[in-house]
Amino acid sequence: MEKLITLVPLFPLVGFLYQVFFGKNTSKQLTTIIGSGAIFASFVVSLIVFNSQLHSHHAVTVKVFEWIHAGSLHIDFAFLVDSLSSTYLLFITGVGFLIHIYSSGYMSHDEGFNRFFAYLNLFVFFMLILVLGDSLVTLFVGWEGVGVCSFMLIGFWYKEHANNEAAKKAFIMNRVGDLGLIVAMILIFSNTGTLNYVELFNHGKIASLSPSMLTTIAIFLFIGAMGKSAQFPLHTWLPDAMAGPTPVSALIHAATMVTAGIYLVARNGDLFEMSHTASNLVMYVGLITALMGATIALTQNDIKKVLAYSTVSQLGFMFVALGMGAHSIAVFHVITHAFFKALLFLGSGSVIHGMGGEQDIRRMGGLKKYMPTTQKTFLIGTLAIAGIFPFAGFFSKDQILAHAMEHNMPVFILLVIASACTAFYMFRMYYLTFHGEFRGTHAQEHHLHESPASMTIPLWVLAVLSIVGGFIGFPHAMGHAIHFPHALDHFLEGPVLVAVGDMSVTVEIILALATMGIAAVMIYVAHNIYIAKATPVLEDNEITSPIHKLLNKKYGFDELYEAMFKKPANAIGHAFATVVEWKIIDGIVNAAGTAAEGVGALARRLHGGHIAGYLLTFIVGLIILLGLIFKA
Amino acid sequence: MLTLALLFIPAFFGLMMFLSSDLSKKLAWVGSLINAAVAIGAAVAVSYGKTEMLEFDGGNIAPLGAHFALSINATSILMVLLNACLLPFIVHVASKHEMRNESAFLSLILFMSSAMMGAFLANDSFLFYICYEAALVPIYFIILQWSTAENKSKIVLKFFVYTLFASLFMLFSLLYVRQFADSFLISDMIAAGSKLSQHEQVWVFAGFFIAFAVKIPIFPFHTWQPNTYKAAPTAGTMLLAAVMLKMATYGLLRITMPMVPAGAENADWAMWLCVISIIYASFVALNQTSFKLLIAYSSIAHVGMIALGILANGNTAYEGALIEMVSHGAIAVGLFFIADMIESRVGHDHFNKLGGLREKHPAFAFLFFVIVMASVALPLTSGFVGEFLLLQSVGSHNIVMALLAGLTVVFGAVYMLRAFQSTMLGKHNAELAFADMTASEKWVLTVLVIITIAIGVYPGMLLDVVHKGLQLTGI
Repeated sequence: MEKLITLVPLFPLVGFLYQVFFGKNTSKQLTTIIGSGAIFASFVVSLIVFNSQLHSHHAVTVKVFEWIHAGSLHIDFAFLVDSLSSTYLLFITGVGFLIHIYSSGYMSHDEGFNRFFAYLNLFVFFMLILVLGDSLVTLFVGWEGVGVCSFMLIGFWYKEHANNEAAKKAFIMNRVGDLGLIVAMILIFSNTGTLNYVELFNHGKIASLSPSMLTTIAIFLFIGAMGKSAQFPLHTWLPDAMAGPTPVSALIHAATMVTAGIYLVARNGDLFEMSHTASNLVMYVGLITALMGATIALTQNDIKKVLAYSTVSQLGFMFVALGMGAHSIAVFHVITHAFFKALLFLGSGSVIHGMGGEQDIRRMGGLKKYMPTTQKTFLIGTLAIAGIFPFAGFFSKDQILAHAMEHNMPVFILLVIASACTAFYMFRMYYLTFHGEFRGTHAQEHHLHESPASMTIPLWVLAVLSIVGGFIGFPHAMGHAIHFPHALDHFLEGPVLVAVGDMSVTVEIILALATMGIAAVMIYVAHNIYIAKATPVLEDNEITSPIHKLLNKKYGFDELYEAMFKKPANAIGHAFATVVEWKIIDGIVNAAGTAAEGVGALARRLHGGHIAGYLLTFIVGLIILLGLIFKA
Repeated sequence: MLTLALLFIPAFFGLMMFLSSDLSKKLAWVGSLINAAVAIGAAVAVSYGKTEMLEFDGGNIAPLGAHFALSINATSILMVLLNACLLPFIVHVASKHEMRNESAFLSLILFMSSAMMGAFLANDSFLFYICYEAALVPIYFIILQWSTAENKSKIVLKFFVYTLFASLFMLFSLLYVRQFADSFLISDMIAAGSKLSQHEQVWVFAGFFIAFAVKIPIFPFHTWQPNTYKAAPTAGTMLLAAVMLKMATYGLLRITMPMVPAGAENADWAMWLCVISIIYASFVALNQTSFKLLIAYSSIAHVGMIALGILANGNTAYEGALIEMVSHGAIAVGLFFIADMIESRVGHDHFNKLGGLREKHPAFAFLFFVIVMASVALPLTSGFVGEFLLLQSVGSHNIVMALLAGLTVVFGAVYMLRAFQSTMLGKHNAELAFADMTASEKWVLTVLVIITIAIGVYPGMLLDVVHKGLQLTGI
């Protein structure tokens, strides 16, 4: 069955190429059928492959063609099908398909409809290459490919300067991370002679690495992951990436591409497992990011920006899990997050669609009345991310917290604070958007409507997944007591590190109740502030409290980077281009030329200054000279 | 015999133009296409192991001890392909614009191609030197006669004298090694050079490196390059950037590295110079608003990487350098072609005065974007394969150098995307009269895009020829 795997990326590629060659004369309807159909076909094949993996549990390499054979470097374009890649396949194509369907409604009035589907298909192609590649280089093909697609989709509405700037920023910051990944690849190949996962990990090639080299490689790999997964300090591109159409935010900047960093670390899990320093770095960076994202989200008023910082924060949670060695739980959170964050983004898209483009939650309120489906599904997503049983986010987040509690108490406490913030900012947004009085203009109120079925059906499907999705990872101790297995851990074990704690059922239950209790308090506080007391949210220029200002300004990273990197780089470039280049270097060259000219002035009469004659004399003289030398 | 044909076909058609200047365009086309076909034939011959056709030795030129010896081997075959296959594109650009004395212009281009072909085919180091120098003459006249720059005579004289002067250092190195060699044949020179003491080899290496560093160019010997690229008519710039500088990287790979291995091993100073060159040029590129100057500086960064990889001498450097030389050639032609399209339409190449072209010219935007992506070494384009192999070698030698040289990954994205964005994106500007791509322009860009993607997806089509050549003839 694994031989079929080539079809999985092939369908989206064909979908893309169809648009490149025939897109001009294709109707929107046909584009929807081809574009979504391609992803659906991939999904079906992925299901077949996944099912086969479920039974055999045996990793298979499928070679497509010989790619780069140079010197001692042999890289095939080949796919590695195992439980990790087949799990990723399933939610990339599954969620991807839903978002394609949603896009057919969301983008229906856009003149770039076909172009949009072309990019989406290409994105899915590269994302599949990323997770299927059997070596780091093949992964890198997908890695860079999704980066370009992200660039094209963030700047999809290319007439707006701000969108293009956001797209460029995303690409460049990702490339900083990519350089880390490239250096890691060079180090791995120089020291082991291979970049293939099976050779590295199953055949034990990494055993030849010294501890310090292991740590160095792991850190550089992680720098790559930081770029792609928007971890501090390379996180600032992700909120700006919200300039793209909302389905893009859901697919690329929430469900799939930004989780590639987690995939990278999980895929190379043995490397991280063997380096305590690197693992700790992963954990602390994740922790900082989780807290930072969650606190910034408290004060944002753009519906998509709240979700963007929430994504940054949730990705931080996943890295904390990775850093603690609980790789399978990080993957679990990737999956549940894909469900509920895609749902929330698509829901916000539905809101923006209904509001005629408005994204500021201060101008919304009471949308429940006009958009009941969006409101219900959004509430499900909000409960899921807040970690309320039995919604999906509860299971994955609670297991991260449980691991933290066993692993490192201060980390645990800080994560609890971050998840308390999560419950608050999510319900703040939910209440401000859907409850209370409408605060927008009359024109907006008149325009309000529920979105079409093409958009609400994907919402419902994702809502259902956000409710039941968590049960694939039932907590170990509790599950053991009631004979309900942690299906995902069992499936992933082998390719992915599974860390099973020794927590008792009682502690597990107490922890679950405690975290839900905290979330409930936060929900109550949010309700109290924004509904019961209906406290108006301050406009940006009314903010006086310094902490509020700092959070509203996102801790000032953009300004800091502008001052630290962009301005100095441009200043150095300017100094090089004007002073060093022409005054110093070229000045010396010219001075040398003038000096030579002075010497040459004596001999000038010998040749008339004609350069061809000069050359001829030069060559003839040379030959005579050489003849004299070698005759002797 | 194929080698002789490759060497003389362009020059022959160039001479024919003097006889019938009305037919010059047709002659240029026919000559360049035949030459490209012969080069492809030669590559096929190599991959089938038919090398007997690919050697030619006109015998000893007494009393010099130099041979008129030509060969196609593992190292030269890709350069021959590059030179021959890019020539039709360059002829296309040259005959695209109305210009005075067109037949002389085209014939100079063909002469130059022949001279460069001679450098790639030379099996004798003195012949290499002669051809290396001879290629300067046609380009000198091309710039002097057809440049529209005001200070062209100053620019071109500097270029000419600077490179000619630097080549003397190569000559000294060659003559020094020749004392111990049986002849100027590269094989004899390698045998003799590698027996020299380390101290001698370091000096011989330095002589070569200085000559090549000016031609490639490498910081701080590069200041002739940006203005020359900008001043030259586009066809001339393409010859310079896509092919001519490869004579230097090729010479480094084919002659210098094997001839003075001990010198090359102790060349960290030269490698650091390459690293500085890459970073310096990237910074300067950040500051450019002229598209041609931007390409010129980005080219310094790219070829600095080629030189750095060759000097690192790792086990992937050889193939990486060859692939990257081809790739850089194709991409440079593509970028300068686009610069020429813009300049001929709006009268300048300052991209900050452009914008919004994408809306009305989506196909142009698409092709431009792919070439930009190839230039920033995106996987599945030719740029990635070469750069990855080169960086791999550099990193095996010294990881800090790889990290610093790898900064181009970031810088390249910054300046290339900015140029693309300023030109193509944003609101449509109705005041900017920009005619859509002509059919022939569309074809040129499409073919170049296909070439870069084909090499990126299946580099084996070039590397297999190299491997076969290595089995048959060695380096």
